[in-house]
Amino acid sequence: MKKSKAFWVFSVLALVIYAVVQGLISGGILDLYYQNILVQMCINIMLAVSLHIIIGITGQFSIGHAGFMAVGAYFSAIATMKLGLPLPVGLLLGAVVAALAGLLVGIPTLRLKGDYLAIATLGFAEIIRIIFLNVDYVGGAAGMVVMNMTTWTYAFAGVVITIIVISNFTKSRHGRGAISIREDEIAADAMGINTTYYKVVAFTIGSLFAGLAGAIYAHNFFIIQPTTFNFLKSFDILIYVVLGGLGSLSGSVIAAIFLTVVSAYLANFPETRMIIYSLVLILVMLYRPTGLMGTKEITSLFKFGKKGGTKI
Amino acid sequence: MEWIQQLVNGISLGSIYALIALGYTMVYGIIKLINFAHGDVFMLGAFIGFYAISRWEIGFFPALIISMVLCAIIGVIIERVAYKRLRSATRIAALITAIGVSLLIEYTVIFFRGASPEAYPEVLPKSSINILGVNISSISILILAVTIVLMILLQFIVHKTKIGKAMRAVSLDADAARLMGINVDNTISATFAIGSALAGAAGVIFGVYYTRIEPLMGVLPGLKAFIAAVFGGIGSIPGAMVGGLSLGLVETVVSALGFSLWRDAAAFVILILILILKPSGIFGKNTREKV
Repeated sequence: MKKSKAFWVFSVLALVIYAVVQGLISGGILDLYYQNILVQMCINIMLAVSLHIIIGITGQFSIGHAGFMAVGAYFSAIATMKLGLPLPVGLLLGAVVAALAGLLVGIPTLRLKGDYLAIATLGFAEIIRIIFLNVDYVGGAAGMVVMNMTTWTYAFAGVVITIIVISNFTKSRHGRGAISIREDEIAADAMGINTTYYKVVAFTIGSLFAGLAGAIYAHNFFIIQPTTFNFLKSFDILIYVVLGGLGSLSGSVIAAIFLTVVSAYLANFPETRMIIYSLVLILVMLYRPTGLMGTKEITSLFKFGKKGGTKI
Repeated sequence: MEWIQQLVNGISLGSIYALIALGYTMVYGIIKLINFAHGDVFMLGAFIGFYAISRWEIGFFPALIISMVLCAIIGVIIERVAYKRLRSATRIAALITAIGVSLLIEYTVIFFRGASPEAYPEVLPKSSINILGVNISSISILILAVTIVLMILLQFIVHKTKIGKAMRAVSLDADAARLMGINVDNTISATFAIGSALAGAAGVIFGVYYTRIEPLMGVLPGLKAFIAAVFGGIGSIPGAMVGGLSLGLVETVVSALGFSLWRDAAAFVILILILILKPSGIFGKNTREKV
């Protein structure tokens, strides 16, 4: 009962936010600049939440998330621009191909741990980028021209689907398996949890939504280039998750919203933006290594009169 | 004959990678941290060398030494300010901090001097020596000579001096070393100083050899040097040398075969193959996981 109540609250909240923003857009109060920031915000939330399931829930440190975003972006663009398919089909195709890429990358690399896994995922992301750089069909280094087709509706629907799927995954049996891997992989293994399976599942779901975010990103700007998806993009996504709190879905959403606004204001000073980002990263790690929210969710802040821990 | 020429190019590139890889491997050996900022210390070394040569108009060797000394100091500062309190933190926290320090150095440099590249002044006479019908530039020979001298010096420090003995002891077991009266903090700082000095030297050599330096130049050589360190077996000093040289050779061969755009991919493919097939590297020891 309790679970479905949270679900309905979330759905109503999502509908209200959607209706208000859509009303403002239709009423002409939000101009194209703000619409663009809102879509950008949605894309960043999707990226943050999709990395959250890999780093925050399963505890697998991946710094190659931009690679899967690139796969989603390019394959959806090929579907809509070269094959003439409608946008929803393109988005779906981009997400599915990115999930397949995640599966292919995940099966061999997820046997590695910690630092080695991080550097291997970074390597794969760079290989994906270099492949796109060298394929003339998608424009090589000059990039690929894509029509602007994304609207606030598509972006927001993407966010809602991402959050619902990932929060349900976290609460499910699979999610508990993934969390046990984060807490102690050897103990989880000893308890009979198929650690490789859960790691690969989480990695694939993360890649799927990174691909969806990439697909929406591709149709939001007029051009996609391989350099957009370099490891700085991966670090950007990492910052959302780390700042929000490793293991907190609402934390990564809040961090993504906050940092999108900050970077929109600092758009004219890219160096200052990166200096602030890196300082925040270092200071958070030195003084609060669990991130701002830790593993708590925003809902747990509103539960009064209960002692300790959240009941699941 | 052209192949021998390529071989020389590969060895020159490989010795730069090897010098950077030594810093990675020593730091990893002693505190199990991938020091992402190491590639940026390499960049700072190149810039220090550049300003020393172009502003103060000194020669190559004084610039090399100034750059090494300043980089050693920078390395120690980074270690003391950022990494020291993270000794007991999780690996992920340490890794994220290292990424943060790396970004901070890069963008602070861009903030103060802009992102535009700089052309290294010619400090060494350009001449080439003809050996068996192959033209080898004197710069290549000098790079190789400097690298070999630095590596012999490093071997001497690690194996014959007291601080080297302390470094080996700490990397084997930090707690036991502390019980034996070794000052672990100073030993770790010394490791950072030596590794960063080598990166600074690599920066100056890179500048002289490729004549083009920019604030983000440390990122890719840094990653590749890390690959070289993994390839040779991370934590192993001879491994870093062999790994660096082989990676340089592989990259040159891939370029020579006409796939120069795929050159960077080749390094990452090597990394992934090594990690999947033999994660301990060529010279690494197999360690068993304990519960």
